[in-house]
Amino acid sequence: MSDALLEVSDLHVAYGQVEAVRGVSLSVPAGKIATVIGPNGAGKTTLLGAIMGLLPSHGAIRFAGDRIDGKDTEALVRMGMSLVPEKRELFAEMTVLENLELGGFARRRAGESRAALANTLEEVFALFPRMKERQPQLAGTLSGGERQMLAVGRALMGKPKLLLLDEPSLGLAPLITRDILLTITKLGETGLSVLLIEQNARAALQTADYGYVLETGELSLEGKAVDLLHDERVIATYLGKR
Amino acid sequence: MDFSIAALLTQDGLTNGAIYCLLALALVLVFAVTRVIFIPQGEFVAFTVLTLASFEQNKLPGTVWLLIALAATVLLAEIVAYRKEPGRMLRAMAASALPCVIAAAIVWAVFAMQAGFALQVAATVIAVTSMGPAIYRLAYQPVATAPVLTLLIVSVAVHFVLTGLGLLFFGAEGARTSAFTGSTFALGSMNVSGQSLLVYAFTVGLVVAMALFFKYTLFGKALRATAANRTGARLVGISPNFAGSLSVTLAAAIGALSGLLIGPITTVYYDSGFLIGLKGFVGAIVGGLASYPIAAGGAIFVGLVEAFSSFWASAYKEVIVFTLILPVLLWRSFTTTHHEEE
Amino acid sequence: MNPRILVAIVVAVIGIAPQIAPPFYVTLLNYIGLYSLVALGLVLLTGVAGQTSFGQAAFVGLGAYTTAVLTTQYGFSPWITLPIALGITLVIGYVLGIITLSMGGHYLPLATIAWGISLFFLMGTIESFGGFTGLTGVPPVSIFGFELLKESHFYYFIWLVVLAALWCVANLLDSRPGRAIRALKQGSTMIEAFGVHPGRMKTAVFVIAALLACISGWLYAHLQRFVNPTPFGINQGIEYLFMAVVGGATSVWGAVLGATLITLLKTWLQDLLPQIIGEAGQFEIIVFGILLVVMLQYARDGLLPYLQHFVPQAKRALPAAADRLQHRTMPVADSPVLDVNTARKTFGGLVAVNDVSFNVNAREVVGLIGPNGAGKSTCFNLISGALDATSGSIKFMGQELIGQTASTISKLGLARTFQHVKLVATMTVVENVALGAYLRGTKGILASALKFNREDEAAALAEAMRQLERVGLAAHAHDAASSLPLGKQRIVEIARALASDPILLLLDEPAAGLRFAEKEQLAKLIRGLKDEGMTVLLVEHDMDFVMGLVDRLVVLNFGQKLAQGLPEAVQADPAVREAYLGA
Repeated sequence: MSDALLEVSDLHVAYGQVEAVRGVSLSVPAGKIATVIGPNGAGKTTLLGAIMGLLPSHGAIRFAGDRIDGKDTEALVRMGMSLVPEKRELFAEMTVLENLELGGFARRRAGESRAALANTLEEVFALFPRMKERQPQLAGTLSGGERQMLAVGRALMGKPKLLLLDEPSLGLAPLITRDILLTITKLGETGLSVLLIEQNARAALQTADYGYVLETGELSLEGKAVDLLHDERVIATYLGKR
Repeated sequence: MDFSIAALLTQDGLTNGAIYCLLALALVLVFAVTRVIFIPQGEFVAFTVLTLASFEQNKLPGTVWLLIALAATVLLAEIVAYRKEPGRMLRAMAASALPCVIAAAIVWAVFAMQAGFALQVAATVIAVTSMGPAIYRLAYQPVATAPVLTLLIVSVAVHFVLTGLGLLFFGAEGARTSAFTGSTFALGSMNVSGQSLLVYAFTVGLVVAMALFFKYTLFGKALRATAANRTGARLVGISPNFAGSLSVTLAAAIGALSGLLIGPITTVYYDSGFLIGLKGFVGAIVGGLASYPIAAGGAIFVGLVEAFSSFWASAYKEVIVFTLILPVLLWRSFTTTHHEEE
Repeated sequence: MNPRILVAIVVAVIGIAPQIAPPFYVTLLNYIGLYSLVALGLVLLTGVAGQTSFGQAAFVGLGAYTTAVLTTQYGFSPWITLPIALGITLVIGYVLGIITLSMGGHYLPLATIAWGISLFFLMGTIESFGGFTGLTGVPPVSIFGFELLKESHFYYFIWLVVLAALWCVANLLDSRPGRAIRALKQGSTMIEAFGVHPGRMKTAVFVIAALLACISGWLYAHLQRFVNPTPFGINQGIEYLFMAVVGGATSVWGAVLGATLITLLKTWLQDLLPQIIGEAGQFEIIVFGILLVVMLQYARDGLLPYLQHFVPQAKRALPAAADRLQHRTMPVADSPVLDVNTARKTFGGLVAVNDVSFNVNAREVVGLIGPNGAGKSTCFNLISGALDATSGSIKFMGQELIGQTASTISKLGLARTFQHVKLVATMTVVENVALGAYLRGTKGILASALKFNREDEAAALAEAMRQLERVGLAAHAHDAASSLPLGKQRIVEIARALASDPILLLLDEPAAGLRFAEKEQLAKLIRGLKDEGMTVLLVEHDMDFVMGLVDRLVVLNFGQKLAQGLPEAVQADPAVREAYLGA
């Protein structure tokens, strides 16, 4: 795809002798939501870690046409990629507001004005009114759902072109999961490109435009999200083939 | 012991304790951000005193050569590291070697112009502070992800190198700097020296400045963020090397300011920094290398123990201060819950 | 060339050296021997066990001063002062270890810095110790009436002690407690699960290192016949550590290599540097410090591995598989083995396991499944003792497990594997498996060091081989554990668990990350174990894997039990389908 914002080709990631991702190729078109679904242990988190430069990998990764494999995570953040990691990785001993301000660290260092950041902050508050109420609270004292909102909010403060989400539904009650995924749909409508990694297959496919199924480190299926939603093989992947 | 002696010892203890307190805060900062137990902290103190003393004796401070040696080594390291990327090489050189070069020029200029005391002090602080980025770059950056234990051994090696360089560039003779003030004030029945008051005021001011820095500035918050969650910090674009270099540079600056305070009180030799720094450490360990206020309190306590033991058993002063660490560790081992490392 | 021949050559060179070398080099070799003893302790402590100490010079001083004071002022014989010095060292080492080793890895080294400085100033201050001028007139050591007065005579004494120490430490590392020591760097969860007490083991290693340093000090005092505090300061303590780092920890010979290189380098630098600089002073510490930083940046394993490259590894014979250890009586089929009753675990406000109840009977294979984040792993850790339940009860063979340590639970007959494989990369497959039989052996550190453990050791290795044959990996027995693919590593973990002779086998996500063929093999193995009478509880997320394997399934979601029963019934359950596919 030539209009792809993110393009991964033949990516391999190994931990010592163990190859966790084997020859994965995928792309995220500009302004679209792509999802990678797959059971636990399939290598989804490893895949995102490698794309975001947190893990060493082999293969080509292109962002907006430029090769980014081998670049530092910090450089990718400056280029407009933001990851919401599976473990959230919030600054627990800092306030909600400070967490959000730090989300704009790369932009501030690049010389953007305080006013520009204040605008983004208002946008994040509009998206998550709960975060506005919780501003002075320490991030470590938030509930699971609020932490997820803060993690997404912090990522959005960087005004990314591409948002990478790792299992946003993990450990959250179904209602909160639905809220978070609705938010992702909303973000997609604003033109943000999203790569969503999910174990909750149905919810992910309902949110995304295009889907990939990852199984033990390899892509086993791909297609339009609506088609995958009714694919028998997707159900088999999750519930066993017998 | 009567009241006046007790008051005098307390005043002494608080003065030294205040200086240990600054060092303890620097140690906690560096450990929180980089996991490095920063043994060479005391060397910054010694280098400051020796640099300022050289100025006062109208000698060109050996600091100039020390800075040039550091800068040359950093340049070499950057050439090796970025031999294929000239652009990044220049940027890296600017960040880690340039401060040393500029500082060396400033020290030389201040010496050559026979500038006054204030400029000498400023040049000294700049010189010592600018060693921070170079030391971080050379010793710690290449092993930044290594286990705490490896980083600790690196720290001890850096202490070795700096002590040796101290001997090489400053010589074996000790030095003392002239007091900022000689006045004393009567407070009821006891005399309080102006120098002590200056130390207290300066320490309080610096602690407040640090608190404001961490609470309100972008870089301060970035350091706290790195300490709180390294991966999280990387994900918002804070490079661990940037944070590490910044924290060591701040530690160098705090070391320099502590050196200004301790210079008029004690004779300092090229290798005195180690013991001074370690006393800050005993304080930092009281705070588990994590809590700033407890570390500060612990350091002041160390100062007081030192002052009182120098009265009762002066020969055993160091023994008492360093043995103090054992009950402290025992207490910590009962209060901290065991958790898996790394 | 056989490595044994190499050792014989080294020993022969050591034997001839004083006959042909000039006196200056004999003196140097004496020092190298003394330093090697200290460095050997640090190789064990830093290289193998992952701890460190900057205070070894203080233990050397303790040995030297104890004998110097007692012989010169109280007329003790050196042979009596040696056990006294060792006794004092043991107590101090034990206290320092106990206080610091239960906390993070950096507290021991910091405590040793403080201890080193304290002792240094103490030695220099106490008047009867002669202050900083020291004590003279330390008597020589005599062996059967022969006084070791000449340096070339003392040389043989020192190197005999060094070779004996090398032999003992090498024996120790290749034994039941040695395997536990080599596993310490991995963290405590795994070794605790096989009954090793990591804190106690680390303290023991620290004490051994301190005792070796003390012996070195005792020898030093009787070689020099004079002591003063200077050689026992913190700088010397750092140099000892430097020797251990330079030599490397891949073999006990690293200590000798490090001590030799650093001693020679120091002698050379002390000649050279003052000439270049034009002043006297300890300038060699600059070079040492830079070298140490460079070593840690580029060659963290020391220099020995580069030399070992040229020495072929000894091919050790595979131990024959045999069943020589005692067995537990296994419960009869269908009798209750594990009974989890309203177990609950909260982390702060988060309820990870919410009043879950289920049971496992003898000779059953039960699967505990659920989507990511369902609380399976937490539940598993409650049973294995890695975590303590907040409330409820977990009974194993009628015994309450809550509040018990992992090591007690292991003694009761419960063995586990790990989701993230925890094999010791530096040990062979058979050694890793033998670690599982830790609690079935009895010989401790002293017996192992002196090789009074042959029977015990042979039985443990035979058992390990038996389990490797059972799981079909006997051919890999001498391979490095890290060289195997993940599928085989997981099976080694099962063999290790089996080596502890368990009643219940707990498998933590055994199929995660495995390829299809590897999963098939694993399933076959588990079925085989069941047929042999083993009871198995496995935590999995992979429905496909568990379906044809288990007798019963328990499904968790959001920390609660969602369903349980026969696999087909569970698979068809709408609530389970929703949990797995999402709402």
